[in-house]
Amino acid sequence: MYRYDEFDHTMVKERVAEFAGQVRRRLAGELTEDEFKPLRLMNGLYLQLHAYMLRVAVPYGTLSSKQMRMLAHVARKYDKGYGHFTTRQNIQYHWPKLTDVPAILEELATVEMHAIQTSGNCIRNVTADQYAGVAAGEIDDPRIWSEILRQWSTFHPEYTFLPRKFKFAVTGHANDRAAIKVHDVGIVIVEGDDGKPAFDVYAGGGQGRTPMIAHLVGSKIPARDLLHFSDAIMRVYNMHGRRDNLFKARIKILVHALGPEEFARQVKEEFAKGGAGEDLKLPEGEIERIRAYFAPPAYETLPDNDAGYTQALVDNKAFALWARTNLAEHKVPGYAIVNVSLKPIGGTAGDASDAQMDVVADLAETYSFDEIRVTHEQNLVLPNVKKADLFEVWQRLAAADLATPNIGLISDMIVCPGLDYCDLANARSISIGQMISQRFADLDREHDIGELRVKISGCINACGHHHVGHIGILGVDKKGVENYQVSLGGSADENAAVGDIVGPAFTEDKIVWAIETIVETYLDRRQDGERFIDTYRRIGVDPFKETLYATA
Amino acid sequence: MPLLKNGVAVADDQWVRVEDDAALPEDCHALVSMTRWLKDRDTLLTRNKPIGVALAAGDNPDEIMGDLDRFGLIAVDFPVFKDGRGFSYGRLIRHRGKFEGELRATGGMLVDQLHYLVRCGFDAVEGDKRITEAAWAEALSRFSNVYQPTGDGRQTVMQKRHAG
Repeated sequence: MYRYDEFDHTMVKERVAEFAGQVRRRLAGELTEDEFKPLRLMNGLYLQLHAYMLRVAVPYGTLSSKQMRMLAHVARKYDKGYGHFTTRQNIQYHWPKLTDVPAILEELATVEMHAIQTSGNCIRNVTADQYAGVAAGEIDDPRIWSEILRQWSTFHPEYTFLPRKFKFAVTGHANDRAAIKVHDVGIVIVEGDDGKPAFDVYAGGGQGRTPMIAHLVGSKIPARDLLHFSDAIMRVYNMHGRRDNLFKARIKILVHALGPEEFARQVKEEFAKGGAGEDLKLPEGEIERIRAYFAPPAYETLPDNDAGYTQALVDNKAFALWARTNLAEHKVPGYAIVNVSLKPIGGTAGDASDAQMDVVADLAETYSFDEIRVTHEQNLVLPNVKKADLFEVWQRLAAADLATPNIGLISDMIVCPGLDYCDLANARSISIGQMISQRFADLDREHDIGELRVKISGCINACGHHHVGHIGILGVDKKGVENYQVSLGGSADENAAVGDIVGPAFTEDKIVWAIETIVETYLDRRQDGERFIDTYRRIGVDPFKETLYATA
Repeated sequence: MPLLKNGVAVADDQWVRVEDDAALPEDCHALVSMTRWLKDRDTLLTRNKPIGVALAAGDNPDEIMGDLDRFGLIAVDFPVFKDGRGFSYGRLIRHRGKFEGELRATGGMLVDQLHYLVRCGFDAVEGDKRITEAAWAEALSRFSNVYQPTGDGRQTVMQKRHAG
């Protein structure tokens, strides 16, 4: 893992002091709320429906045990005993007091954590593949490049007052688990012509009220040009992105208005000009210095099969069910990637209690080389578990209600906080997720249905990624009544697609029926081995419309 | 509006802002809009007194990049503090164009943005009355390190790490 050096430490400490001063000035009336707002937002502090919300950065979703214990401590001491893991791989606390925030930030700083750039119209916390460094078949570790981007984007003097927020995502794998094509900039590590890592850079993706899939604007960008090329994108956007309309200010609108080819041309032209960017070339020594932090841990040399593990799969049906969905293939023989489900049946997606966070921290320390990942699908990962330890890890996770065998299945939903917390929301999301989860509580049935990505947003801003759900659910307000619009066929992976709206919205008491009907239609029509998304792509939206609206 | 240059309050600003439709006074440091500069460039060049140009947000700095050495002052307007286009204008003018005169930010900046403004090449600020000499000094001493090279001469964290 990356470790702060004296420079990083100093930077965060000075930021804490700066923000403490800003809070003091706000409380003393020297700053208006309008002036304070962007300052607090750039320190992760929102004002929501009932209280302030503090969003803490988890750069590229990577945490140590010590950091996870600190997150548990903050939940216990300053909040109501839980935190909420987000689609940006961050964690947010929904009930902190404004006057406690400087103290929270001070405590976080002791474990190299902060809330910098988790909000505001700046370059946000960079996200990455949660299996970075451990997935079989990875081209290069995205954490290296994410860390380089993190440092470059932190307190960027030129790009801290952008037209709108700006999100980078990085993957080093052909299977995109970081949803890079629905980000402002998505970076795919590829093999360059010299055999070294290079980057395919996509720009202009996004969700919200105008969902768009990103376009390739630079291919095989050499490693040393990563920051310089990113800088060119940022400058074109900062100078020409719209500022007259909040809803048209994201880079996707600029890319769309100019056309991807013209946008790419302008970026290339800016890149070629030099003079205000060429000093961003990455020296080889710096790349290697950062890479060393992410060197693989001291894996043991093991046979890929572990007899005890294999036997436990035979002996224990519940364990076998969990292993089927919650494990992923590790690049090192004898190891597995363990997904920790934060989606218990009927629970709140992404929430973890302080006690649960402590359990995950303990398990990571003992069994996973001290490392934890947060996924954009609001789960956690223990990336480095020996197969011989899996049964023990599973038992301890299960005892903490963290072993629901549903990763990638219908109850593993992305759900935004919705109207229970958020002042932007039109409708509740959490309760809809809970109802669907309860309807599909029979996990054998979920396993029979197979991979199915359900994503729920409580408003058009799409924090719940509904546009790219196999089944997407969007809360809308219809004359003061919460309604839910359903879309089908969206996808956030390497074949990213925006879903098709299936028809008129459903009322709250019909939405679970609608999901059930969609699932039944799929089960009736699926051919051997087809996932929901495969069937949908083959048969299209019409059969679903028919079963959903036949009686209307 | 209070004006500070390099952290020091300037009591009597010698620059006179001349409206687009006003006659150009002969004997003064005249600050004209970029629109007027582009329109009356040839006439303005015949003057013997210093000339400055004021960019509004939305003006394209590329249009004056060839003329930078003609100006004693370039003023960049920030219509509201949230409008960050001027930070890029500053970098283009100072770091790409190597402009050596006064680069002044005008409009709605906050004290909290001073550090960024200076890093983007600005040496003067005319705006909020809360931007005092003390506030300027404090804002610039806030961060002992910087991650990004901007052309302002500060050694970055990366450079310090590899300095041996």
